[in-house]
Order: sequence, then C-alpha cells, then structure tokens
Amino acid sequence: MIDVFMDEKFIGEVENQEDFLKKVKDERQKGKLPNTLNIWYNDELKEVHIEIANGRVRRPLIVVEKGKSKLTAEHLKKLEANELTWKELFSQGVMEYLDAAEEENAYVALNEEDVTAEHTHMEISPSIILGLTTSLVPFANFGQSSRLNRGSKAQKQALGFYSANYLVRMDTDVNILHYPQNPLVKSFMYDVSKQNLHPAGQNIIIALMSYEGYNMQDALVFNKGSIDLGLARSTYYRPYKAEELRYAGGLIDEICVPDKEVKGYRSEEDYKLLEDDGIIFPESIVKEDDVIIGKTSPPRFLGEIDEFSIAANKRRESSITMRHGEPGKVDFVMVTENEEGMRLVKTRLRHQRIPEIGDKFASRHGQKGVVGLIVPEADMPFTVTGVKPDLIFSPHSIPSRMTVSHLLEVLAGKTGALDGRTIDATTFSSEPEHDLRKTLLELGFREDGTETLYNGLTGEKLKAKIFIGNMYYLRLKHMVANKLHARASGRIQLLTRQPIEGRAKGGGLRLGEMEKDCLVGHGASLLLKERFDSDITRIQVCESCGMLAVYDNFKNTQFCHRCGGNIVINTIQISYAFKLLLDELRALGIGPKLNLKSKYDDGSRTQRSK
Amino acid sequence: METVAKEFEGKLPQKIINEAVAEAKKRSCSKDQLKKIIQYLKEQYDDARITAGEGIGIVTAESFGEPSTQMTLNVFHFAGVAEVSVTQGLPRLIEILDARKEIKTPSMEIYIKKEFNKDMNVVKKVAASIKETKFADIVTEFTINLSKLQIEATLHQNRIKDLKLTPDTIAKALGEGLKNVIVTSSPNKITLKAKDAENELMEIYKLKEKSKDIFIKGIKGISQVLPVKKDNEFFIVTAGSNLKEVLEIKEIDETKTSTNSLFEVLAVLGIEAARRTVINEAKKVIENQGLDVDIRHIMLIADIMTTSGTVKGITRSGITSGKSSVLARASFETPIVHIINASLVGEEDQLNSVIENVMLNQPVPLGTGLPGLVAKMIKGAEKGIPKGKAKK
Ligand SMILES: [Zn+2]
Repeated sequence: MIDVFMDEKFIGEVENQEDFLKKVKDERQKGKLPNTLNIWYNDELKEVHIEIANGRVRRPLIVVEKGKSKLTAEHLKKLEANELTWKELFSQGVMEYLDAAEEENAYVALNEEDVTAEHTHMEISPSIILGLTTSLVPFANFGQSSRLNRGSKAQKQALGFYSANYLVRMDTDVNILHYPQNPLVKSFMYDVSKQNLHPAGQNIIIALMSYEGYNMQDALVFNKGSIDLGLARSTYYRPYKAEELRYAGGLIDEICVPDKEVKGYRSEEDYKLLEDDGIIFPESIVKEDDVIIGKTSPPRFLGEIDEFSIAANKRRESSITMRHGEPGKVDFVMVTENEEGMRLVKTRLRHQRIPEIGDKFASRHGQKGVVGLIVPEADMPFTVTGVKPDLIFSPHSIPSRMTVSHLLEVLAGKTGALDGRTIDATTFSSEPEHDLRKTLLELGFREDGTETLYNGLTGEKLKAKIFIGNMYYLRLKHMVANKLHARASGRIQLLTRQPIEGRAKGGGLRLGEMEKDCLVGHGASLLLKERFDSDITRIQVCESCGMLAVYDNFKNTQFCHRCGGNIVINTIQISYAFKLLLDELRALGIGPKLNLKSKYDDGSRTQRSK
Repeated sequence: METVAKEFEGKLPQKIINEAVAEAKKRSCSKDQLKKIIQYLKEQYDDARITAGEGIGIVTAESFGEPSTQMTLNVFHFAGVAEVSVTQGLPRLIEILDARKEIKTPSMEIYIKKEFNKDMNVVKKVAASIKETKFADIVTEFTINLSKLQIEATLHQNRIKDLKLTPDTIAKALGEGLKNVIVTSSPNKITLKAKDAENELMEIYKLKEKSKDIFIKGIKGISQVLPVKKDNEFFIVTAGSNLKEVLEIKEIDETKTSTNSLFEVLAVLGIEAARRTVINEAKKVIENQGLDVDIRHIMLIADIMTTSGTVKGITRSGITSGKSSVLARASFETPIVHIINASLVGEEDQLNSVIENVMLNQPVPLGTGLPGLVAKMIKGAEKGIPKGKAKK
C-alpha cells in the first residue's frame, strides 16, 4: 500500500501508484482536475504527493510517448497559421506544466534526436534552461556558468535607450546612451524579446594586448579618438521637485524668489538664475548647491515668532538646491498642481557624461573592468589597413576565467562586420566556429582573427600577432562622477561628534572594523589611534571620586560637582564617543568611574564601573 | 660534547639539543663543529619565534578567516562509490569553532586490534554488531488495516536471520519503545494496535511513522557502517557516533579509534583529547579544501577553546563570556546584559586589550603602542609640563 498526501497532509492509500498517477494525469489533461495540480511518486519513501499549493514554479515541457514527441510538424504549421493556441496544446496533452517535484518522476530529453523509449518529456529548446537576460549572452554554451550569471547582471546595469518618451518623463536616476546600437553578434532571444527596440551597447573594435601596463587587473585602455567621436557617451538626468504644502492654521509654502527678510536668506547672487516666478530658466548652467527653485516656508514652531520681528521675518528659506557634487544644465521645467490643487514644480537636470578614467564597462560575458587610461588616437596601435582599436583589453583576463565565449564573440564580430551581416550566437545553436574562420579566410584575413599591429608611439611592428575584432560593449551605470569623494574636514554628527556619513553630505570615509584589524595586525598602534582622532576630546576627571569634573573657561577654574573645587582634577584625552557612553551609562543609573594613573608609572590607566 | 650541550641548556628545547648531539656523534663531528651547528639552530629557532608585541590573536583570526572565505560549497561526491557522507568545508568549520553539541554528521573511525585487522570476517562481524537496527530496517511492508484500526508489518525474513533476531525479541523491543500500544507477533508478522479505542486515521499514521524509528539492536546512534581497506588494514567508518559503547568492544584498538564529536571525546577521554580533536578536525577541513593554514594558528584557537577545562565555542556564550574586560565583552554581542551585570558587582576594567583601547581612543597595547618612553625629569622643570600630562 502506498500512502497518498495532498499538500503534505495524509489523505489515504492506493494499491497501485502507477495506475493512480496515470488516472490523475488523464483527468488533469481533460480539465476535470485543475491544470495547476501536480502529482509525483517518491520511490524512496513509497509515497504519492499531490501538490495544489500556490507559489510553485512550473515550466512547460513537450510530452514524449513511446519514444516520439507529441508535438509534430503539423502542430507547428497550425501554430504558425494561428489555428492553434498555446492553451490548446495543453488540453490536447501535447505539452504539460511540471513543477519541481513532478520533474523528479520525469525523464527529460534536451533534443529531439536524444529521445528514447524511456523518455517522458522533451525540452522546447535546450536554451530554455537560461533566463531572459542570460539567453542574450552570445555563445553562452562556451562559457562558464558563473560568468553567464555575471554577464546577465552586467546587461541589467548597462546604459541604453530605456524608453522612447524619456524626454517627457520625470524618472529618477536615468542614463541615456547617445548612440545605442544593436549587436552584430546576437542570440535568437535578442529579437524575440524586443531588445532591438531598446539597445544598450555599442559595437566597438577591441584588441587583446597589453598597453604600457595600464590595462592590468581588468582595467581597460580607451582610444581618445573614439571617445571624442561619441563612443559610450551618455546623459544623466535627475528631476528636482518643489511643492507648495499647506500647514495647520492656513499657512502655506510659497514658490518665489525669497525676500531679503526671510530667515536663512542666501544672497542676491545665489538667486540670480531664478526667473520672477522663483523657478530657474531652462538651459541655464548650474553648479553644485545652486538654487534651482526658490521657496519660503512658514516657521516650524509658533515660538519662533519673537515679539519684535515684523511679519515677513518669521518665514524661512526652504529653496531646492542642486545636490552636492552634481553640476548640470536645466533640461526641462514643469509647473502643475498636486492632488490638493497646490502648485507643484518639477525641473529636470541634465549632465553629459563623457567616459573618463574610472568608468565601468563590461562585455556580455561577465568581463567587467574600469577605464585605466585614455590614449591619444595617434598613440594607439594600428593594423596594416590603419584600423585602430577603440579599446585594449588585457589578455590575462581570459585564461583563469575560461570565458571562451568572449573570444568567440570577437571572432564572430569581426566576421560579421567584414561580411556585412549579423551573426547568430544563440546558445547551443550558434554559427559554428569553423564557418566563421572560413569566412574570415575568404575575406582575406587570418582565420584565427589575429593581425599584425604597429606600435602607435614608435611605428615599430609588434612581434606578436594581436587578436583584434569587433565586440558589443556595455557601459555600466557606475560612473566615477557619481562616486568620487574625498574629505579633509567637514560636518560632524551632533550626538557623537564623529564625521557624518555619505558622499552627498560631504561625509567622512570610514575606517571600518576590518581595516582596524589590519592596522592592529601590523602593530601600527599609534597610526590607528591617530586615524580615530576625529572625535578626540579633552575631559576633566576628579581624582578623588572618578567622576567627570567641570572646567570653567571664563574663570579658568576646575571643580567637581561632588567634591567641590579644592581637589585634584586632571585632564585626559579620550574619544567623544566614549564620553557619550559614560553619559548614557549614567542615564541608566550606572555610575562609571575613571581611576587615573600616570602613564609613566606602569603604563596603564584603569577605569572602573560601578 | 656534553659540555657544549650543557651550554645551550634552557636556550633551546632539550629535544632539539639532544637530536643535534646524537646526529653529531653519528657523523663524528668535532666539538667546535657541534657548537656551530647548535648556534645555527638557535638562530633559526629564534627567527621562528614570535616577536614581542605581535598581535597573534588578530593574525590568527585573519589567517584563519581569509582562507575560509575561499572555501567552496561543492563537496566532492564519488558517484556510485559507497561512502559515509560527512559535513565538510565551511559548515563543518563553523560547527567545530562554535563547539556545537549536536553536529550534523557525527562519524567514527573504528580501528581493529592488530591481530584481527587483516581478517575481513572479523571486521564484518564487528561492523554488523555495532550497526543500529531500527524497526523499519527489518520490515518489508507496512499496511494500515482500516477495519481493525491496526498496523500490520511484514518482517524481512532473511534480514532477521542475519541479525539473529526472532519475532518475539522484536516485539519485546517494540513494547519497550512504544507506550500504550499492544504488540502481537506471529512468525512473519508484527501487529501494532493502540490501547485507546478511538483512533483517528491520522493517529494511526503517526504511530506507524513512530514505530519505524524504534531501536531494536546494535549500538545506539550508529546508523551506517562501512568497512574500509587502507594500507593493508581494515577499519570501519560509521555514520553516527557513540564512543563510549564502541570502546567497550574487545576487538577494537582503542588507541586509534576516534570520533568527530568534540563533546563525546570530552566526556569519554577528557579535555586534552578534546583539544587534540579540535586541532585534528579543523586541520582536516582545511586540508580537504586544499588550503594552507599554519598549524600554530589552529593550535592557538584550540587552546583558547579548551583552556577553561571545558570546550567553549567562539560564540557569545562561549569564550567571549570569559573575557576579563567589561568593554570587550559588551562590544561583541548583547552589550546591555554585560554592562548591567558588571555594574551590579562593580567590575573593574584594566584596559589591557585591544578593543577597549580603540573605544577610548588610546594606543592599543601592541606593536608601536607597547613601548613607553621614560625620561628623567630635571627638578624645577615640571612647570613646563602641560596640565594633566605628567603627575605625581
Ligand atoms: Zn569628585
């Protein structure tokens, strides 16, 4: 007897599981049982499981019976002529949706040729094992699986042409590539998924060689000439928004050029770009922290109105300014109303991003890198016909990562460019390598894709033949312009007196836990102390009770709240964060005491908590 | 010769000196030559020693931690080859360092005494006797009799014969293991019926599942045995571990038999054996992954884990709770508990270790933070010293 479970609950037993399974599957196909039901037999535990719960991942497979696929040429013809629908294929039993559990019972063939009498199912296509973006990777079956993951991840971060109406949209963090192209080497899925309507990359010429060591460790060397011609150029858009909010007591915000009496007034110079309505004019060039929408708000607390001030004085400045570290041009200004009928102003800033050192690029094979050097066109190596690569890629990036697909794409790209056609690089059914080589040879090139190159600086012939060809390259959205940051001193947090966090606010760069470990491991104790001096503070400690004492700066005296003034008080240097901890402990009702010792006595200070 | 050896006594480990002397005698070296050799040995020895002020704790942590990030999760499976599955890689390392009481795959290596270890039959007999037999192992089919509301289990005749069991002994074992159940036996069948009359179908199903796990014969906990031949010698690898009972078997070589369960070793053989087990097991994981960590790092970790007399894991409740500094303990996990407990007893923090000094922004007592500068003060010059810097 075999136990039967439905959604992991025991519901009964059956004598013969095979008959039972067949019967349930028949009923499911006929539509008497729901199509979303899956059933499987666990041979190890001798249990039949029926699954009807939500959230199971299921995928379609072609049913195979007696070694023959149920999907015939006739079906395909009818499908093409729109006489048959996808759904009908399931009701006819030609195809089935299996979940992960039912798949345990299935024996699935990858190709129709592989089908034997034992098989129960067949894949629609072998490349269906890949997801949407992964299937866009050319020659994916020649690459390592983890590289495929990275390749598909890179494509999701690539700059492109995300929407044709981007000019009338107010999306945040938008990048538009200036001259997007469709790839020369693409998979079947590229067109099917309509990627060709919003491409996200450019076909460029790459050479696999080193260049003065500036492309080591995944760095890339770019041709300045190509960049000047608009290679990988993009525009960054960011909207800014101001709203006239309504507060209690009939007070409202006002979008205008702020009056001189307003609290927090900047200066006339700061508002010079604003038009009479308080909004900046389109196409004006703005720097970081510039005012783009002038606005004043009513006071935060009623207490702010002091007796002698005149009415305008109580309003405060609340203008919208450019983000720190982001210059640009005003692209678009829009004035409208929000749901409450109040004035709403949106402006969109635009900034052209020309590739610079540190910008991130990637191919579709998980080979990402940052620009390490931009070389004048004259200094780039060139071929006999005068072709100069747009990009020089380090050959050391290939062997350990085993991205054969990367090399194949260069070869295929070269063939496609020279032959004037796109190359099919669909996973498992791509154009064979030897065909590509043959075409190259017929076109008068070396079949392995290498060419003789000449040193751009000296004109000497390079001893090695260089692998050079076309490739689809992606510019990724991580640009140094958004990330570059340094600080010497600046704003600190009110509570801890440590530097504030974040680039936008000009914050500090954290020396974290692991970096601390590194300095400790090297025994660089004093360097570590110095690095943590950002919140250093001097405190007075009463020697007799161990509590914090007071230093009166006006009278230049020191005293302890408990022991009075006639007592030994010493000044020590500690981090403010620790002083804060002592204060917080006191707030908890714990009285921490500091017992001081001269560091010249035995080298240690002690601290006692009580 | 002996005078030279005497000269270096205490400066070098005695074992090294003795070895050098013995070797010198064998090669008939002169006194001066021996002196030179030992001098050179001493230099090498001193070079290998850790310098004062080296942060060995943090170096150990990083030397151990960095390679473990490279550990792959892909366990090497040998398809088709009989083997006992053992947790490997990072999960196993975490198990060891956390000193988990319940480990995922307890396993033993049981060695047989020299006189038997080439005899396959003895090894097989020992293996059969230690394997734990459960009720499910000797039953071919379970059926639920719905009319009588009872479970009927058909016995596997051959297996029973092999294990020298009878239906009666099985029934007895079942009766001990299951409560409120009537067990009746016939030559090829065991019938189970709950004493309470009103049984639901679900209850009977639960009883069936429960009965499968009832212990019948063997050593408790050892679910799988696998005799293995290595270097002309048979030994048994097991899944499941029970060191105490296995050591009582007389054919077993108790000097070599081992388990990977730290706490069993601790309970049966004591703390020194547990320390060695930590070292061996951690080393095994690292070597299996093809990584290289200096043995002294592993030894330091094992020492810290076992220095209190019991095995303590590197966790909040383990060695961290044993730190002397309140601030160091509070900086790890659950700070409030540590601060409150410390304040209740008026604990004092001597600020002797790294974390406390980082918190107070003082030089940590390591490396450049260790040496102090002692200056002789000229009388009358004290006025020039800034307030609070030097005192007394
Ligand atoms: Zn005091």
